[in-house]
Amino acid sequence: MTNILWPIITMGALGLLFSIGLVLAYKKLRVEEDPRVVKISEVLPQANCGACGYSGCRAFAEAVVKGEASPNGCPVGGGEASEQIADILGVKVEDTAKKVARVLCRGSLEAAKDRGFYTGISTCAAAHLIGGNKQCSFGCLGFGDCARACPFDAIEMGKDGLPVISEEKCTACGICVEECPRDIIELYPVSQDILVFCRSRDKAALSRKFCKNACIACGICVRACPEGIILEDNLAKIADYSKIKEEHIPAIEKCPTKAIGRISQE
Amino acid sequence: MKRHTFPHGIHPPELKHLTESKDIETVPAPETLVIPLHQHFGKPAKPLVEKGDDIFLGQKIAESDGLFSASVHSSVSGKVKSIDPFSHPGGSPVPAVTVINDGEDRTDSKILKKEMSLEEVARLSSKEILEKVKEAGVVGMGGAAFPTAVKLNPPSDKPIDCFILNGCECEPMLTADDRLMQKYPHEIIKGAELACKATGAKRIIIGIEDNKKKAYALFCQQVKNCPSIFLSESERPFREVALLKTKYPQGAEKNLIYALLKREVPRGGLPFDVGTVVQNVATSKAIWDAVSRNRPLYERIVTVSGSGVNETKNVSVRIGTPIYHVLDFCGGIKEDANLLIIGGPMMGIVQWTTDVPVIKGTSGIITWKVSQAPLEFSCIRCSRCVDHCPMRLVPTQLAKLVKYDHLSEAESWGILDCVECGSCQYICPSKIPLVQWLRLGKTKIISKKRKKSA
Repeated sequence: MTNILWPIITMGALGLLFSIGLVLAYKKLRVEEDPRVVKISEVLPQANCGACGYSGCRAFAEAVVKGEASPNGCPVGGGEASEQIADILGVKVEDTAKKVARVLCRGSLEAAKDRGFYTGISTCAAAHLIGGNKQCSFGCLGFGDCARACPFDAIEMGKDGLPVISEEKCTACGICVEECPRDIIELYPVSQDILVFCRSRDKAALSRKFCKNACIACGICVRACPEGIILEDNLAKIADYSKIKEEHIPAIEKCPTKAIGRISQE
Repeated sequence: MKRHTFPHGIHPPELKHLTESKDIETVPAPETLVIPLHQHFGKPAKPLVEKGDDIFLGQKIAESDGLFSASVHSSVSGKVKSIDPFSHPGGSPVPAVTVINDGEDRTDSKILKKEMSLEEVARLSSKEILEKVKEAGVVGMGGAAFPTAVKLNPPSDKPIDCFILNGCECEPMLTADDRLMQKYPHEIIKGAELACKATGAKRIIIGIEDNKKKAYALFCQQVKNCPSIFLSESERPFREVALLKTKYPQGAEKNLIYALLKREVPRGGLPFDVGTVVQNVATSKAIWDAVSRNRPLYERIVTVSGSGVNETKNVSVRIGTPIYHVLDFCGGIKEDANLLIIGGPMMGIVQWTTDVPVIKGTSGIITWKVSQAPLEFSCIRCSRCVDHCPMRLVPTQLAKLVKYDHLSEAESWGILDCVECGSCQYICPSKIPLVQWLRLGKTKIISKKRKKSA
């Protein structure tokens, strides 16, 4: 019996000693932390995607409390998160429209011609180094760098060789926008459903030769709604979406190459 | 005979016999030329002409924009048809001036018909030489197209003692420099002396690989016979010819300096840092033409070779001539040819169309018939790429780091020292596209750095 007594006493005494040490350290060395940082961190999505420009959700929360970042700076959390953050800080934020990433190219495998037989590395970035695998030097390369980069699994490569972005899953973090070497993905408000699906600034004759679905700058859409749509660099451009009214849309949709029009809902 | 060389490197089949006995022929200027405004390392030049303008041969049509840019000149006389982006050997379209040739070759009165006498050349100061080289838009003609005026103007705290003339032409198949050396030895040597005057170098070494015996023999003789642009004996730089082992990439600047002088250019450094300047022999001739005749760089010598072309040739071509025109001059391409490379077979860029122009850095046009692309296998860690990398890097590891986006680690493994010579990929038994991986990594790291500094 006494054999076990001594170990219990020594271990107990050691434990007591260390716990006193810990208590003292806690009292003396404690760093005061703003409770708001913890609260804000809790309402953030914890995806640590970096879309806000900070290294993670926690860093963003600290920046918001310090006043370096705006409460609506988290594109993933969107309006809901920014409202909650504003509540915690006791400020008001203006409502930000939810955005979504859109693919601005319809140069599918069938529509856009290949340059030749590309045998290099199967990533868009690598293919872009040598000018790309397609004849069009502005369109989608189709190797899916965007799909691999998306942290929310919102992008899938479709059978036609173009990325398909799920509107529900997309959080508008903008990582795909950064990743795409051809800059064909852009963030748009969800409500905007008329877009130009082409980025080719080649002259009409060339872009028509390279891709069936390229904008040929014929101006049909511009005539349909001159206030909202302009031609720039051989390419139609929506200058002011608010000017495009419902009655203009049938005329806009007469686009011979379907390079401008409504987003197809599949 | 001592043959200089560097450690590592490879021995690809030389295939120089296809064109080495063919003298330089002149391709007649085509009816339409497309002269890209971006033919050099650095920013594209700013156009000076407009649509419909009448231009003459040698007129400056674009002004250099920034330090590392070079001017562009017209290579024919005629009318400007348009200034639009046009396909470029580099892959992506760049702005280019399309000129309709009137066939008259009306030249600028500034361009001298006859060379200036040696006394007149001797009177030029180094500043005047630099100004003339810059005005003529001379760039490095070995392929990288670095503006020569920048190279000949080293920072004042870096004294230059040795000027190296690069006559290696280590790329397989190319013989353009070989033929040029045999045809214009005096112009090349005098161009090198002008470069010595501009940089203050007191020694010229002409490095020639031992598969160019004729050029070597000729230069050994001509370094003694060629008159000098320096009038007083004491100012003359010491000329010597050095024989190099035939090995790829012997002509890469840093390897050549090591082979000849046993000096190692530090990481991230330039040849300035070890007191040398290296120029290609074709550039040296361009310097001579620019200074002695005010003649801008609008013509160059190109090797047309490979199994896909009917007649292999060395040709003198105006800058801006479409590749299909040059190939037609060489009897056209064979029906089963399916690969077109601009540059040498090791470092050249594969083209998808023959409608691209010859530019200042185009050293060769190689057409080939390939049966099928090599299959890629996994790395078997044989370390052949490590044994052959002339920059003593670890290509397989670098490729892996780039693949998994560990860019800062790749940088610490020295990825930015890679010269993209292609030795690793040539030697790789698994046929991994190592060069493309390394190039991708370099591009990503450099663009990231630019973003940070902006």
